[in-house]
Amino acid sequence: MANKLSVSNLLGIKYLNEDDIYLIFETARNFKEVINRKIKKVPSLRDITIANLFFENSTRTKISFELAQKRLSADVVNFSSSSSSISKGETLADTVNNILSMKVDMVVMRHPSPGASVFLANNIDSCIVNAGDGCHEHPTQALLDSFTLVESLGDLNGKKIVIVGDILHSRVALSNIFAFKKLGAEVKVCGPKSLIPKYINKLGVDYEPNLELALNWCDVASMLRIQNERMNQSYFPSTREYAKEFGLNKKKLLKLNKEIIITHPGPINRGVELSSDVIDSGKTVILDQVENGVAIRMAVMYLLASRL
Amino acid sequence: MSVDLNKKILDASKLSLILNRLASQLFENHSDFSNTVLIGIQPRGKILSKKIKYLLESSHEIKDIKLGFLDITFFRDDFGRENKVLNANKTSIDFSIENKTVVLIDDVLYTGRSVTAALSALQSFGRPARVELLSLIDRRFSRHLPIQPDYCGCQVDAINNQRVTVKWKEIDGEDSVYLYIKNGK
Repeated sequence: MANKLSVSNLLGIKYLNEDDIYLIFETARNFKEVINRKIKKVPSLRDITIANLFFENSTRTKISFELAQKRLSADVVNFSSSSSSISKGETLADTVNNILSMKVDMVVMRHPSPGASVFLANNIDSCIVNAGDGCHEHPTQALLDSFTLVESLGDLNGKKIVIVGDILHSRVALSNIFAFKKLGAEVKVCGPKSLIPKYINKLGVDYEPNLELALNWCDVASMLRIQNERMNQSYFPSTREYAKEFGLNKKKLLKLNKEIIITHPGPINRGVELSSDVIDSGKTVILDQVENGVAIRMAVMYLLASRL
Repeated sequence: MSVDLNKKILDASKLSLILNRLASQLFENHSDFSNTVLIGIQPRGKILSKKIKYLLESSHEIKDIKLGFLDITFFRDDFGRENKVLNANKTSIDFSIENKTVVLIDDVLYTGRSVTAALSALQSFGRPARVELLSLIDRRFSRHLPIQPDYCGCQVDAINNQRVTVKWKEIDGEDSVYLYIKNGK
């Protein structure tokens, strides 16, 4: 196994190779053991300063990154766009350059524009971690999803995974497609045709319009959230109809004569993509995903910081 | 970097004698091991600690010795300084070390930095009553920090461009200790 990442930023899964992904998993496995200790902190990044720039709302990812940074003993500064000089007209590159001149070593950024982190990496001399950029990529989410599945299934080679829901607006879907494919899984997408990107086949992914057929085919169902905040028009008749056609409930699961793994990146619209009886049944790995998120983010920042 | 095989300092029979002596010394000081635990420093101290445990159990008839393995990668003081990432190994300590005597076990004691990292890492598992250090090889003139072993198998006076490597039958095919000289230095 490689002992170094092939990249100096984490902009997307697209830029990682299989060795990088396995190196991150192996490191995360050790960090998972660390965060289950009574004392959950290690001193690895004690001389590293990390800025978390969140230009878009986030609960889970922000807390997860911040916890990961603190458990690595990094110094952390937080920034949210609502209380910043962005509202005074400062450009993204200027804002970040100003922050970097205060001797910050790494930038974790979430931004509503697709490609924002790639733009930043091209224009700024610092280590960038993409924490989600518009409808483009959310690499740490895909890594923690894949890591959780590898923990349950051993490996993803030849496994069948269906991603259900709003593929068009989902950065999680795109990152997950790249990650699952790089790890050897077969991937299908399922959802209303209006929420499936036109050129999805170019990613080596098939479209299955029928959820029941998709569930019968798969080993893993990766359910996505309907991203109402990114929809500027109506993509399906009603939430109720969406839930009926593409939501997962206990009845649909009981009809399958096999066990499947159910993932969701959160936040969940209860009763839309997943019904409460499925969420609370203990058959999903949603909370494992959240726990693994901290370990994966520790691994990513640890491996990137070692290149600084 | 290529290395030349230089000199075998210890062969299997000498190594076996030394291991038996170390086990006996531990037995003298800790008798039934009711309040003592063994912790091998990953990766190279793992096999040594298993062998010591086996000898204590077989030759001295001590039962239920607690043995754990401690990885120190995330506690090292050279992170990011040598432009290489050190891959971590598994830590498995499934018992409390609170108020116990901990015997840290490693194959070669060189600069003392690994042991310092191990002492920091150990704090995550409780407050031991006492910590001792067992080292198979002590490179006594190469220390960067004030660390000394309590139990030492063999002292080796090597200079800095030399390397002492302990080989074990289980992973390297033979039980022996070699002294290497790095090429080009």
